[in-house]
Amino acid sequence: MSSQAVRRYLTRMRKDLRILVVESDSAKAKNIIDALLEAGWNDVHAIAQVSGLEQSVAKHAPDIVLIDIANPDRDTLEHIGAVSDAKSRAVAMFVDQTDQHLTQAALAAGVSAYVVDGLQMNRIKSVIETAIARFQMMRQMQSELDAAKRALEDRKTIDRAKGILMRRRSIPEDEAYKLMRKAAMDQGRKVIDVAQALVTASDLLT
Amino acid sequence: MSRTVLNCGYVPLVDSAPLIIARELGFAAEEGLDLNLVRQPSWSALRDMLALGHLDAAQMLSPMPVAMSLGLGGLPAKIDNLMGLSANGTVFGVSTRLADTLGMLPFGDPNLLLSALITRDLQPLRVGVPFPFSMHRLLLSYWIATAPDLKVEIVTVPPPRMADAVADGHVDAFWVGEPWGSAIVGRGVGSILMVGRHVWGFAPEKVLAARHDWIADNPDTTRQLMRAVYQSARWLDLEKNKPLAIEILGRSEHLNLSHEVIEPAVTGFLTLSQGGTPKKIDRFLMFHNHAASFPWRSQAAWIAGQLGADATGIGRAKQCFRTDLYRENLGPIGADLPGASEKIEGTIREETAVASSRGQMILAPDAFFDGRTFDFVAIAGE
Repeated sequence: MSSQAVRRYLTRMRKDLRILVVESDSAKAKNIIDALLEAGWNDVHAIAQVSGLEQSVAKHAPDIVLIDIANPDRDTLEHIGAVSDAKSRAVAMFVDQTDQHLTQAALAAGVSAYVVDGLQMNRIKSVIETAIARFQMMRQMQSELDAAKRALEDRKTIDRAKGILMRRRSIPEDEAYKLMRKAAMDQGRKVIDVAQALVTASDLLT
Repeated sequence: MSRTVLNCGYVPLVDSAPLIIARELGFAAEEGLDLNLVRQPSWSALRDMLALGHLDAAQMLSPMPVAMSLGLGGLPAKIDNLMGLSANGTVFGVSTRLADTLGMLPFGDPNLLLSALITRDLQPLRVGVPFPFSMHRLLLSYWIATAPDLKVEIVTVPPPRMADAVADGHVDAFWVGEPWGSAIVGRGVGSILMVGRHVWGFAPEKVLAARHDWIADNPDTTRQLMRAVYQSARWLDLEKNKPLAIEILGRSEHLNLSHEVIEPAVTGFLTLSQGGTPKKIDRFLMFHNHAASFPWRSQAAWIAGQLGADATGIGRAKQCFRTDLYRENLGPIGADLPGASEKIEGTIREETAVASSRGQMILAPDAFFDGRTFDFVAIAGE
């Protein structure tokens, strides 16, 4: 992602994301929270994790989890991500040294993880913004992909329903579609719902 | 001649020994390598650093390269297993609280243990494992799959935190590698009921991994690394070297563990519950013996199968266990090479001599607790 694209995205970025900060050092945690609040995010929680990270994640249901790369609890987050909806949650990482190469490589590889130097206040904001922007882009791409898949599925169902009507009532295709559309309008439902009902009923009857 | 610097990631565990000994005893230096061991805080961090090229090679949990070949978890990177670093070496146990309700159970009986766990009312049973893509988790899933009535919730707990998780009731049971099992027993918060090999007699545990492209670009360094680790593992598995090995590992800055917690895994004498007498467990942890370092392709296939792969996925997984490099790089320094690169997993019930280049190979039992066997020979590597 080019820096220009990031900037463009930042201007449209939503600030209502729920962020969970996993940091045992309370001073560090406070710095991160301050930076986030200052940058306009206000749904921020911090936990000083020992052994109940999983419950905390379940309780807060964050959109993004921020964790130090040196924190072994990262493996637990990974597991939670794998069993829940991995694509809906980003993990941003912090390390104590600046490493431009690593940052670039991580971005190029498409990880929603990120690296920042030494948790310096002036860098936290921009890094978090970039990480979140990237995450939102990925999530948007994912939801577009999901929508496309759903549309394809709907299309198949509607075609099947049309086929059933055409066979049963010996009518042409456009008339079968009109019939479903009318039924949908009369009942205040969507065409796909009518089609689905028809397919289900037909499956049960044959 | 200046030595090649090689950055190798590891997670501090007793079974990191082949890497640490390769460095500390000079096996790496003899090969012309400056083996720089880079400690990693978590398996996911290690995996990312290897995938992103920050590490040249790394110690990995055996299912990790397979999982990556299947596109599961983490970055899309092609990681190969050059050779095994260890076989077996994990323990399963329960909290003292749970042990009290289970009553007396014989050690190392997976079937009886399951029956006992099913009859208690407290469900689901929460079991801590170190990582989703670990042999610990795969063995646990394989074992409990035979008891569909037992509800189990698997949670990932970083091993250094496992004793706390057991102590505060966050988990009821644990499946970990050493020294963390012994640490739990030492604190008196849990006891060990069986070890990994009671479920699968011979399971690949840690492997030496590197990026597929890096291996292709660095054939000489790859050979040097494999030879250094091979010599180190062979040294480690000689009975007479064990006291010295414990001494070196205990002093090593790389582990930062005391002699006492290193000793059980290296000697195979485990204390199962607090105050108990150490019990000798044969083949508890192997680095070299019984072809422990040979990356059997059938092991990759078994792992892929457990991760839900289809035939294509299994074929791809086989390809990332580099038996070709093992033969090519270790054959010339005297490694005994098996005639085949795959075996039917689960068929060996007692020590068995098999065809090998030097005619000295004796394989250890690799049977599964439920007697199943797995034949993946018909599935070709891609």
